[in-house]
Amino acid sequence: MITLNVNGKPRSVDAEPDTPLLWVLREDLKMTGTKFGCGMALCGACTVHLDGQAVRSCQTPVSSVGAKKVTTIEGIGASRTGKAVQAAWLALDVPQCGYCQSGQIMSACSLLARNKAPSDADIDEAMSGNICRCGTYNEIRAAIKDAASTLTKGA
Amino acid sequence: MDALASSTRRGFLKTGGGAVAALTVGFALPVATGRALAAAPAAFAPNAWLRITPDNRVTVLCGSSEMGQGVLTAIPMLLAEELDADWSTVRVEQAPVDQAFANPMFGMQATGGSTTVRAHWEPLRKAGAAAREMLVAAAAARWKVGADTCRTEAGHVIHAGGRKASYGSLVAAASTLPVPEAPVLKAPKDFRLLGKPTKRLDTPGKLDGSAKYGIDVQLPGLLVAVMARAPQPGAKPVKVDDAKAKAVKGVRQVITLPQGVAVLASGYWAAKKGRDALAIDWDLGPAADLSSAKVSALLDEGAAKADAVALSAGDVAAVPAGATTLSARYEAPYLAHACMEPMNCTAWVRGQGEDATVEIWAGTQSQGPVQGILSQVAQATPAKVKVNTMMLGGGFGRRFAPDFTIDATLLSKISGQPVKLVYTREDDMAAGFYRPASVTRFAGALDAQGRATMLRADVGSPSIMAASGFMKIPDNGVDSFAMEGIADHPYDIGHQRLAYGRSEPGPQVWFWRSVGHSQNIFFIESFIDEMAAAAKADPFEFRRALLTKQPRYKAVLEAAAQKAGWGQPLPAGVSRGIAVAQSFGSYVAEVAEVSLGSDGRPRVHRVVAAVDCGMTVNPAIIERQIEGAIVYGLSAALYGRISFKDGRVEQSNFHDYPVLRMNEMPRVEVHILPSTEKPGGIGEPGTPPIAPAVANAIYAATGKRLRTLPFDTEALKKA
Repeated sequence: MITLNVNGKPRSVDAEPDTPLLWVLREDLKMTGTKFGCGMALCGACTVHLDGQAVRSCQTPVSSVGAKKVTTIEGIGASRTGKAVQAAWLALDVPQCGYCQSGQIMSACSLLARNKAPSDADIDEAMSGNICRCGTYNEIRAAIKDAASTLTKGA
Repeated sequence: MDALASSTRRGFLKTGGGAVAALTVGFALPVATGRALAAAPAAFAPNAWLRITPDNRVTVLCGSSEMGQGVLTAIPMLLAEELDADWSTVRVEQAPVDQAFANPMFGMQATGGSTTVRAHWEPLRKAGAAAREMLVAAAAARWKVGADTCRTEAGHVIHAGGRKASYGSLVAAASTLPVPEAPVLKAPKDFRLLGKPTKRLDTPGKLDGSAKYGIDVQLPGLLVAVMARAPQPGAKPVKVDDAKAKAVKGVRQVITLPQGVAVLASGYWAAKKGRDALAIDWDLGPAADLSSAKVSALLDEGAAKADAVALSAGDVAAVPAGATTLSARYEAPYLAHACMEPMNCTAWVRGQGEDATVEIWAGTQSQGPVQGILSQVAQATPAKVKVNTMMLGGGFGRRFAPDFTIDATLLSKISGQPVKLVYTREDDMAAGFYRPASVTRFAGALDAQGRATMLRADVGSPSIMAASGFMKIPDNGVDSFAMEGIADHPYDIGHQRLAYGRSEPGPQVWFWRSVGHSQNIFFIESFIDEMAAAAKADPFEFRRALLTKQPRYKAVLEAAAQKAGWGQPLPAGVSRGIAVAQSFGSYVAEVAEVSLGSDGRPRVHRVVAAVDCGMTVNPAIIERQIEGAIVYGLSAALYGRISFKDGRVEQSNFHDYPVLRMNEMPRVEVHILPSTEKPGGIGEPGTPPIAPAVANAIYAATGKRLRTLPFDTEALKKA
């Protein structure tokens, strides 16, 4: 058995050590908000946080997680940053098909947690690992700035 | 003309079905149960789409598939407008499969061809208007007043004398009344909801992981299947060594089908490891030596023999002395859709013979046809095939194909277990259903005044109609998809011959966002630009002069140019290009501002689009669809290419099939022109003009004409 801390709760799973965290979340823990897109850390759909850091869960063996805190799209709304980002995404109606948006939101939250006022270049750097085939990039950029302003105002 | 709509209607209704290897069975009619689908206890449900409950909740059932284009918002808006519902009380549910939800333009329950709003514009409004008249009649009867003394607003019937009743309070009485057959529709000037930017109803679930896509389906005892798919249509696994696959912990079964070898396991990871451990000898069949060079040669042969004439006027051979002539060859490659959500389907086949039932959960664009197809696959009656339409993680035409639902159903039938089949990204990309590759040879002539007098186009391309399994190439030999955008170009040119030569290199071709327009508008809008250059004319003015009889084309062209500041100075190194197209009943012109990177890659800074899509339902969604369609087209123009070597596809994932990312995203401005015309489609028409607009901008800056897709960055490096 492998013990994980997911969204603040201890969870035990019986998984092969090389199983990517993505599939443990989706299949063992039935948390399907984290998406499978490419399996090669090329598209960002599977982005989760390990101790607040954005990682691609499709390339993260479950055995490598250890005691690090896993945060997923299902739990990100519990943080102040997550709440602000989700609110901005809702206000700007960012998603189209929506499939990549869990990963986009997780990457955006990780950016805003370390950079309160990201520039366009900062956003490009932090978000260019996340593909959106519907082409919502401009709305994502606007929503990140919107969330940043909410977070700064409230600080 | 909408080839998809007209042809599918014809084809589907004939219980179509030229079998295609990759499809294995033809499309068939779904069942009409005649059930009152929206009915719930104590609800007012005068038709399949609507349910009003005593708590004043209005529920609209949407029979179309949501793939980001906004049907889960547009369909309820159409009905709510005429119902005069309180929009804040309106919710939407995905409808089951039933002929009641058939898309009127297809005659089948399916989503594609940018048809949802166009097809439902009238029936959904009528459904709302009929319900409204019944609620008014119920209130009038209760108050013993004339119906004509009552009006409706925000979910209430209001009497001139001041009495007011909520729709919820009228549910029981209205349910006893006859449904009016010819309800009166509002004049568009009286719309309260249609034409106003409106928030999407499906956003909240897409922000917290709760929205359910096909891949998210969970069932007790579910097995996950990963399938090594045939690398070519017609390819067969001739020898399968599955010993190593079966040794992977969690693997339960290996099933060989004609179209691939599937590993069934307790979860995706075990199934994937099992799939990777398979040793398969494939018989690639006739396409064993297929290469991209051979594809090009075959397409050239098609263009050279182009004898299926879509349009002929005047005499293209009679070029007067003193005319300037020019000719050019254009080529576009096969393209994958690369939806974010890899193809998948969960299927559960239970029982045998007459007792057999099938249930599937899938993000599908063709739930109606799929019901009929799977009844054949599982040998069950159509009424016993239940299709649950899930959210689609991108569609773009790919999910109109039934292949993944067929495979999943076969695997469940053979294994006797519920099976979720998930294609790996690599199998998804390599396994066909591509936008057709195409070659077009143009010839043109200009008179001494620089006006276009002759245009000839010879198109060599495979036929989607033939490949679809449910359509037939018409007697004149013209595949409408191969010619759309060229055959119906708007330019006033006296002598023309626009012809098609079918060429079939082998890979399975399919519908891809904007279909034939995706390559043909690049071809023709680039060649028109070449004619403008030959005439030493401004590309905008040259087009404008040829569009005097085409007011809608001309209006979007002028609007895009004006909003983009056509002719105004630009920063050093930045140039503009323009293109215009009509597709799916909507007119779009785009101006791209582009510079060339030192790596030879065009960098698009800004795109200005002008759109005439007739009357609008939700301008907020229209803007986003145009913007997204531009991104989709730009990805293809900059990077998109499925190529072949030794019979196999060379691309496998996003590293060798790149798509546009955040750091390459241009600013996009969308200007919607006011219109009283009937609605046009909106999911696709933004895609066609972007590639030529960018290519024409590169020409303006460098004098280098880009005639192949994706853009040749090596050549541009030297520009």
